Amino acid sequence: VVDLGVEVSKQDGTAVLTVTGEIDIATAPRLREQVVTLVGQGETRIVVDMEGVDFIDSTGLGALVGALKRVRTQGGELAIVCTRPRLLKVFEITGLVRVFEIHETLGAAVAATSRGTA
Amino acid sequence: MIRLEFPARTDYLSVVRAVVGNVAHHGPDLDPLRVNDLVLAVSEACANAIDAYRDDGQPGATVEVDVRVADDSIAVEVVDQAGGFKLGRARPTAPTAHPHRERGLGLPLMQVLTDEMEVAATDGGTAVRLVMVGAGRRR
Repeated sequence: VVDLGVEVSKQDGTAVLTVTGEIDIATAPRLREQVVTLVGQGETRIVVDMEGVDFIDSTGLGALVGALKRVRTQGGELAIVCTRPRLLKVFEITGLVRVFEIHETLGAAVAATSRGTA
Repeated sequence: MIRLEFPARTDYLSVVRAVVGNVAHHGPDLDPLRVNDLVLAVSEACANAIDAYRDDGQPGATVEVDVRVADDSIAVEVVDQAGGFKLGRARPTAPTAHPHRERGLGLPLMQVLTDEMEVAATDGGTAVRLVMVGAGRRR
């Protein structure tokens, strides 16, 4: 029943993870593994597109924080696309709005990962 | 009252969220964002119960979720028999105290998301009570 989709594509040199469904304690490991794989392949500019995500819990947030640390350690950048109020509220109350680059459009997020690393 | 009992496995959480979300939508006058807050808080409480059973050597034991709907509020109780609340394991802290830890945000999140949160030690485990008050009573 728990469903998480993670699709990888490339835009302007940035790896785009299009995530759909629910990111929770059951599914977050899949997101984490995908990021580990990408960084292992040398991808250090990553966008996580969350426009198709219906739910995120604290483990999901932890997976995103882990992904951010991983790319920054490699000198890269990670940005998020999110406009859904219920998700933005969770980023706000946890203070993670100040940790992540959160953008309204994919284009803006991709541009943010390129700044200063080009 | 609606009672759910499910095996302490993370793949059941999605079902629990769907049920609690549906009941909350039909219950007191809560706006959709607050319904989502309650659903997230309940999911965190259930995830903690699953962790507690695993730590206690009882993976897959039964987690009980009781949903009580009143005219002006909804109360959800998450009960496990996993040997009791261990303060050392999950100490409530400010939500941003440990932003880089991948677990441990659950309790502070539950506190911030709901109108009332109560964690009680029961005979053999822990009961977490989460309450959301309807718009009428908040005015």
